[in-house]
Amino acid sequence: MIPVEYFFILSGLLFFIGVFGFVTRRNLVAMLISVELVLNSVDINFAAFNRLLFPGGYEGMFFTLFSIGVSAAESAVALAIIINVYRHFHSDQVNSIENMKL
Amino acid sequence: MARLVMFAILAVVILASAVFCVSTKRIMRAATGLLFVLFGVAGLYFLLDYTFLGAAQISIYAGGITMMYIFAIQLVSKRTLQGLSERWLGKRTFLAAFIALVGVATVILVLLKNQFINILTGNENALANEITMDIVGKTLMSADKYGYVLPFEFISVFLLACIIGGLVILNKNKKEESK
Amino acid sequence: MFDYAFLILLLPFLSAIVLGLFGMKMPRKVAGLIGTCMLGTLFVLSLYTAYHYFFYTGEYSAMGQTFRVVDGRLSSGVYPTVTVFNLTWLKFTELLTFNIGLRLSPISVMMLIVITTVSFMVHIYSFGYMAERDENYKFEEYEHGFQRFYAYLSLFTMSMLGLVVATNVFQMYLFWELVGVCSYLLIGFYYPKHTAVHASKKAFIVTRFADLFFLIGILFFSFYVGTFNYDLNVNPGLSDKLASIAANPEIAWAIPTALFLMFIGGAGKSAMFPLHIWLPDAMEGPTPVSALIHAATMVVAGVFQVASLFPIYIKFGAIEQLHWIAYIAAFTAFYAAAVACAQRDIKRGLAFSTISQIAYMLVALGVCYAINDEEGGLGYMASMFHLFTHAMFKALLFLCSGAIIVIIGSNFKEYMGGLHKYMPITNACFLIGCIAISGVWPFAGFFSKDEIVSACFQFSPMLGWFMTLVSGMTAFYMFRLYYVIFWGNSYYEQDPENRRRPQEVPFVMWGPLVFLAIISIFAGWIPFGHFVSATGQSAEIHLQHFHFSSVAWFSLLAAAIGISLATWMYMPKHNPVPDMLAKKMPVLHKAALNRFYIDDVWQFFTHKVVFRCFSMPIAWFDRRVIDGTFNFLAWGTQEAGESIRPWQSGDVRQYAVWFITGTVALTLVLLCLI
Repeated sequence: MIPVEYFFILSGLLFFIGVFGFVTRRNLVAMLISVELVLNSVDINFAAFNRLLFPGGYEGMFFTLFSIGVSAAESAVALAIIINVYRHFHSDQVNSIENMKL
Repeated sequence: MARLVMFAILAVVILASAVFCVSTKRIMRAATGLLFVLFGVAGLYFLLDYTFLGAAQISIYAGGITMMYIFAIQLVSKRTLQGLSERWLGKRTFLAAFIALVGVATVILVLLKNQFINILTGNENALANEITMDIVGKTLMSADKYGYVLPFEFISVFLLACIIGGLVILNKNKKEESK
Repeated sequence: MFDYAFLILLLPFLSAIVLGLFGMKMPRKVAGLIGTCMLGTLFVLSLYTAYHYFFYTGEYSAMGQTFRVVDGRLSSGVYPTVTVFNLTWLKFTELLTFNIGLRLSPISVMMLIVITTVSFMVHIYSFGYMAERDENYKFEEYEHGFQRFYAYLSLFTMSMLGLVVATNVFQMYLFWELVGVCSYLLIGFYYPKHTAVHASKKAFIVTRFADLFFLIGILFFSFYVGTFNYDLNVNPGLSDKLASIAANPEIAWAIPTALFLMFIGGAGKSAMFPLHIWLPDAMEGPTPVSALIHAATMVVAGVFQVASLFPIYIKFGAIEQLHWIAYIAAFTAFYAAAVACAQRDIKRGLAFSTISQIAYMLVALGVCYAINDEEGGLGYMASMFHLFTHAMFKALLFLCSGAIIVIIGSNFKEYMGGLHKYMPITNACFLIGCIAISGVWPFAGFFSKDEIVSACFQFSPMLGWFMTLVSGMTAFYMFRLYYVIFWGNSYYEQDPENRRRPQEVPFVMWGPLVFLAIISIFAGWIPFGHFVSATGQSAEIHLQHFHFSSVAWFSLLAAAIGISLATWMYMPKHNPVPDMLAKKMPVLHKAALNRFYIDDVWQFFTHKVVFRCFSMPIAWFDRRVIDGTFNFLAWGTQEAGESIRPWQSGDVRQYAVWFITGTVALTLVLLCLI
């Protein structure tokens, strides 16, 4: 029997590693990868909550399932945009698209 | 006890891969790190007896999304992929590390202070039964009280919208380039 | 029967709108013709109205009221006060409403005649005047002046008519301000001239300052009486209400105070000392305007106002205030006459004469102490009579001076002299005007002015003698003006080759002169007391029946002395006497020439006292504190924006940092709270 706190600590650590990556990376693809880490940490939480605290329900599982679907769609669109940005600016650095601001 | 050992191994793998993923200077390695994290998370799902979830994680995430990342990385010029962080150990890194540490501390503090979780832990029936494909399918398509047909359809429409969106984004640019 | 009367207000309004909006697109002649035809119609309408009002026999009704009249009079022997219409415009409270209406009373009908006659003559005359003036001086910048001029004239006529037919004091105030605006516009008509702009501003500010008191008076009146109506005949409840206020010792002061405050407004409009300073400067406007607005109609608005409120003054305990008016006016009459004796600018001379004559009217109103056509109330009739005759002969004099100015091209007497040979018609008309204003039998001024002097003698012999003296001065300065213009050394003849030869003005200009001259001769024989008197009953003017009292002889004597003195001093080609007098009494002469420094006193008062003590601290407060506050707010906002702007960097990672920091911080705060 694994204490539920272990899962939470693991997911918390994973979450903030993702945040750290998101903040430090300059490359758009790398930032997106960090976002995937964050999403995964949330998924772990969903699953652990459901299984260890409310074993009778399916909500956590299904939300994880949906979350996987959503993140797939999100990364597909995001990568399309990144490739477009790259074509346009010939750079995939995050500050290359700063000229969108005023 | 075996589960605990498994959990420890998986946790180590996940955290190590994640740290490697965010700290490496080469983006392909970062993608590889992500792949290992995803595998580790899939392992966690198996550990929790969510076999369908684990399978979905591996096939969609590790199989689909990571591939997409790798293709995208290949499409984007390799030259720009070097030097992911210009000022490694710069001011921003310290700031991010500080924020992350404070965040982790906060989250752990919340968890430890939370009485709600402590009440619910020790549920001996946990991990008793596996959720079969039969249940998963029926629940997804059911419109009953605990049915998920509406979110399911929403996700379907959403995916469709994303596919169309992705195509439009790429297509428009091609036209512009041809001009 | 008076159903058509709304046209009296509507026609000039329409004409002002049409000329104001489309006048610039019309040829000059068309614009002028529109204005003049409208005024001609109005003139006929007024005559028709007056004829019906004063002579109708039979029955008619207006506003649901039926009047059974014989020769215009009700069975009680007075003329009815007919309210033709009265529309509610604003409703302040259930009782206090602001109405716009049209009311015919003897004096308002008389004013209708005065205004439309003079205005009609001025409209015709301006055809010649404005054209000549534009031709002679080539004011290119006034290219559209002609049309604009007629638009303003129409607007002025409308406002003035609205003032005299006002059913209530608030409507009077509204139109009062409108005529002020028209006066402002017309004084500043030659707006590229600095003096004109200054004069128009001065006129507007001085009269506005006085009108402030008028407004306060109205507020007092409406607060205590609860209505804006002032006519005792048509508002049955008003007398009781006023009587109850006058009987209550605690608020009995309210009526006299309100009335006197209103009079201050009238004093501003009617150029009473010390608020007269704007009128001489107002002569910067075109001369027809001076004739219409600053001699015949607008400046008597103050007299009209006091006359309209006269029954309230007399009946409800404000007789004391009436006498104050008399003293102020008597002083003004003397002061203006003294100044007029020394003016070089002929229009200014006439302006001071106007001030003096208006003061006569107010003296006549002020010396009344009862409503009795024979005793105590004679002044009311005399005042209205003088208003009527004065409008005619003063308009005549101004129009004559306009003819001279157009021909000579200057306002100053030095450039005139000896004009009787060149401008015979103008000469004759001006002479008639001078005789009329001097009060020589049988011209118009004699009757009206001697009625005034008689009324003064009834009140106090001192005042009577004083006014007789002023009438002698009137004769002197008017004939001085006449001689220096038409006799004496001719400016043209001194150098005939280089100077423009004066000539007679065209018919459109001398036609109105002759018309007004004829009125000035015969207006005195109108049985005026029959139409307008304090009680409303038919009153006799004794002079018209050759019952000359000693008063009349004395004032005739004063006029004769004045005229002979002027003839002796100014008639010869070389007149050393005035120069010698000026040399002997340099201080007095200079003071008179400079209008006894009243303008300078005001200048000192406004610049040194008001500006220094009030305006400058207020301006400082405004600039430093109020503006400073807002500048600080603006500066603060801008600075805050400038300092926040970098945060909006577009750098998504920075946003993430802020977001996460905020979330963590919030969580920590919540943790601490729990």
